Amino acid sequence: MYDVVIIGAGITGAMLSRKLSRYQLRIAVLEKENDTAEGATMANSAVIHTGYDPEDGTLKAELNVKGAQQYEEICRELHCLYKTVGAFIAACGPEEEAQLGVLAARADARGVPYRRLTREEAITEEPNLSDGVTAVLDFYTTAVVYPWEVANACMECACNNGVELFLNTPCQAIRREDGCFVIETPQGDIQTRYIVNAAGVHAEDIHAMVAAPSWHMTPRRGEYYVLDEDAKPVQHIIFPVPSKEKGKGVLAIPTVHGNTLIGPNSDFVDDPDDNGTSVDGLAYVCANIGKTLKNIPLNRSIRTFAGVRPTTTCPDFIIEEAADVPHFIDAVSIESPGLASAPAVADRLIEILAKSLELIPNEKAVMTRKAPVVLAECSPEERNALIRENPAYGRMICRCCQISEGEIVDCIRRTCGARSVKGIKKRVGAGFGRCQGGFCEPRVVHILARELGISPLEVEYGAKDSHILERENRV
Amino acid sequence: MKKVDAVIIGGGSAGLSAAVTLKKQGIEDILVIEKDGEPGGILEQCIHNGFGLQTFKEQLSGPAYAERYADMAKKLNVKILLNTMVTNLTADRIVEYVNAEEGCVQIQAGAVILAVGCYERPRGGINITGTRPTGIFTAGQAQRYLNIDGYMVGKRVFILGSGDIGLIMARRMTLEGAEVIGVAELMPYSNGLPRNMKQCLEDFNIPLMLSHTVSKVFGKERLERIEVVEVDENRNPIPGSEQYFDVDTLLLSCGLIPENHLAEHAGIVLNPATKGPVVDDRYMTSAEGIFACGNGLHVHDLVDFVSLQAERAAEGAAAYLKNGKPLGSTLQIKNGNQVSYCVPSQFYPDDPAEKLTVYFRVRTPLDAGTLVIRSGGQIIRKVKKRKLLPSVMEEAVLLGKQMNGLTDDITVEITGEE
Ligand SMILES: Cc1cc2nc3c(=O)[nH]c(=O)nc-3n(C[C@H](O)[C@H](O)[C@H](O)COP(=O)(O)OP(=O)(O)OC[C@H]3O[C@@H](n4cnc5c(N)ncnc54)[C@H](O)[C@@H]3O)c2cc1C
Ligand SMILES: Cc1cc2nc3c(=O)[nH]c(=O)nc-3n(C[C@H](O)[C@H](O)[C@H](O)COP(=O)(O)OP(=O)(O)OC[C@H]3O[C@@H](n4cnc5c(N)ncnc54)[C@H](O)[C@@H]3O)c2cc1C
Repeated sequence: MYDVVIIGAGITGAMLSRKLSRYQLRIAVLEKENDTAEGATMANSAVIHTGYDPEDGTLKAELNVKGAQQYEEICRELHCLYKTVGAFIAACGPEEEAQLGVLAARADARGVPYRRLTREEAITEEPNLSDGVTAVLDFYTTAVVYPWEVANACMECACNNGVELFLNTPCQAIRREDGCFVIETPQGDIQTRYIVNAAGVHAEDIHAMVAAPSWHMTPRRGEYYVLDEDAKPVQHIIFPVPSKEKGKGVLAIPTVHGNTLIGPNSDFVDDPDDNGTSVDGLAYVCANIGKTLKNIPLNRSIRTFAGVRPTTTCPDFIIEEAADVPHFIDAVSIESPGLASAPAVADRLIEILAKSLELIPNEKAVMTRKAPVVLAECSPEERNALIRENPAYGRMICRCCQISEGEIVDCIRRTCGARSVKGIKKRVGAGFGRCQGGFCEPRVVHILARELGISPLEVEYGAKDSHILERENRV
Repeated sequence: MKKVDAVIIGGGSAGLSAAVTLKKQGIEDILVIEKDGEPGGILEQCIHNGFGLQTFKEQLSGPAYAERYADMAKKLNVKILLNTMVTNLTADRIVEYVNAEEGCVQIQAGAVILAVGCYERPRGGINITGTRPTGIFTAGQAQRYLNIDGYMVGKRVFILGSGDIGLIMARRMTLEGAEVIGVAELMPYSNGLPRNMKQCLEDFNIPLMLSHTVSKVFGKERLERIEVVEVDENRNPIPGSEQYFDVDTLLLSCGLIPENHLAEHAGIVLNPATKGPVVDDRYMTSAEGIFACGNGLHVHDLVDFVSLQAERAAEGAAAYLKNGKPLGSTLQIKNGNQVSYCVPSQFYPDDPAEKLTVYFRVRTPLDAGTLVIRSGGQIIRKVKKRKLLPSVMEEAVLLGKQMNGLTDDITVEITGEE
């Protein structure tokens, strides 16, 4: 019997797992995919908004401000990338400038720092601002992270403290028996006293397993271009002035890895798992980035991708115990700024649990994580020491990103390690370079098969059952 | 820091040929550095016949061709470091490499020859929307899985791009029992060698769809279907022309790009048309003492030319080690009408190479034309040419005495006149 089962290992579930792992509890996390954070947390703008945008009085406003304040420290503890780049909100004309006033007033009330820039001042820092931009608010403490990395690191830390993560384990049905829940999965039943529903775009299905929800999922897809590292059109995140209808609009975002994202659009999709890109969606992005920026080299795009927002009919986050089902707690409708708010969302969930669940601190819990070895960041002397200890650090696999076999093996063997080619890409960047894995993928498949003790035929590219190879070749 | 006369980066056909030539030129203290476990480069996975017709006057498989050069290198005691990757190169020729035995090592080279080969244009570099399932491979990747690792990547295959590797894989996968549905090519003409068009597609009744491209892919775990559209003369999709094919595999054969990141880090000037370094008539790059050849310089369709070009580069490096740089300054060899690039693109009018073969490609297919090489108002050469194709590398030979004393850049062009 578990004390708490968290459904979903996205940023919401992972952040909660880590924070709950401070206490003496039996905790399980169920994740339907073969890796952590394959949902909205994998594909988004990666911005740690500071909290000036959400409407007054909302949970979003409160938790965004509180969540963003914790991020830098969390990233330090977990050795995750965190880069303060600043966010320019670029207004075009008097009407939008008046909107900037509204944002500034909210920021003042919430203690969020900013500066006002004239067009002339702004243009010296961002020469590619479009000719229409007349004034800018600079939220200079805004940062970017690699969201997947933060979620995975949280999960790793939690598992090292005893949380159990079950991958490839979808929650299929929930029964209530003798005052507790029985969760049905393909791997068998799991019993628990509490459930936290952090299933992202699938949260309505999970809720419907215990009661009819009062809200409905209305997933909205956002599509992006990723520009080559060498094309650096912006230094800051550039936002248009947000609007009620269009949300945050099309942005340019310098990522922690040195690329630039251009996007997203916002289109309702019928299928919550539809994270394919579309001609229309990308055309929208192309057409709208021009509002705030010029000279954006979309021809330097190395990739496009899309993510689906777990938007619901409720405009705010829903973080509460289900009215008619005690001990079933929703963390749903976690759309933007859900990433930035995640630490505070976890705190709020713990407050709700603490009402009826005794939380005894676990003295042995460690809230940090060992930094992975990254040879590319080592001096030649450090590299030599590592290679002497483990020659696999001297066998180079990825020629674009200069990643060694040792680093790939490490990321498979670690807690919450990689189980697929994509899992390795996400952890060490192999295949994120120019050739996008054309050259190293066959070698990575070989290492995965060896480490997992499976045949290369069973190695998955990304999602479960996404086998790369068809059959052995007849000789 | 350890010193060595010449370091050759890459042990493929270019690197091996360069090493053999350096030895023959009397440069003894040389080192070939190869990332893979054996020399040969991309040839190791090209098990089909068709290599060496020019060099050895016989049809060899890729590995057999490579073996000839590896044997010559062995006889001459060429030192090859295998399983070793060069991780950095500086403009003053400090080469940093990593392997399991020695760790991370820096050596000072008198001359460096870049023979690093090329990589295939990945999906991201091509405009395909839709999901991100498995089942989409570059053609060379599928070739490696099949010929080196021994695995088929799929059953029902479509190929985007009519590059040679894609064509060869169309035949290979058909022979291995897969069904190849078709090949789509964005341009109105093929990008493969005529012989591959015939032997790999026509002989197997595999349709080639010119002016078509794959616009969208479907499937969550594995590729399930693709959308193919026709394009207009500006390469924009024609609405209403969509066709759908249910396939589990899409091979991309959409071009090769010289592997240039070492050169880039060393600050070497690159040619935007080839994406490889700019070189002079000795095959020296903008960094003194650093030379380049093979697919790492510009993409070749025939290995014989790679081996030949590497000989020239090695002669250049040997001369540099003996006598330093050529005298005087350079003039340009420029692309004229219909010419998309020229390699080499610089020469020394006061100290020209004895004989220079300029490799070039035409922009569009031409039935006939005249190759005209001029410098200012002076016509240096005029040669009639038939059947010029962008997929076939062309040559223009210039003699030292023709370049000697020129005061204007050279232009290579194709004119319509017969
Ligand atoms: C285009 C876009 C841009 C965004 N930009 C930003 C931004 O810049 N800043 C910001 O703060 N926020 C942003 N967001 C919002 C942010 O990404 C989300 O709020 C956050 O990632 C939600 O995390 P989550 O863990 O709740 O959901 P998810 O990450 O979707 O995780 C849910 C998990 O539950 C799993 N699951 C689902 N069903 C089941 C089941 N039956 N059994 C087991 N597991 C299940 C899923 O596989 C998934 O791993 C953006 C979102 C999108 C889509
Ligand atoms: C798939 C394919 C099929 C072909 N088919 C034919 C054919 O049928 N007939 C024909 O005549 N020609 C064919 N060609 C053309 C010809 O074979 C090639 O052009 C030629 O082999 C290229 O030789 P190379 O030495 O320039 O490059 P490669 O053979 O690619 O050699 C480059 C070497 O450099 C190494 N290297 C790269 N970077 C580093 C580094 N940083 N450190 C250490 N080592 C490094 C690589 O591992 C590789 O071994 C084909 C080419 C390809 C790609």
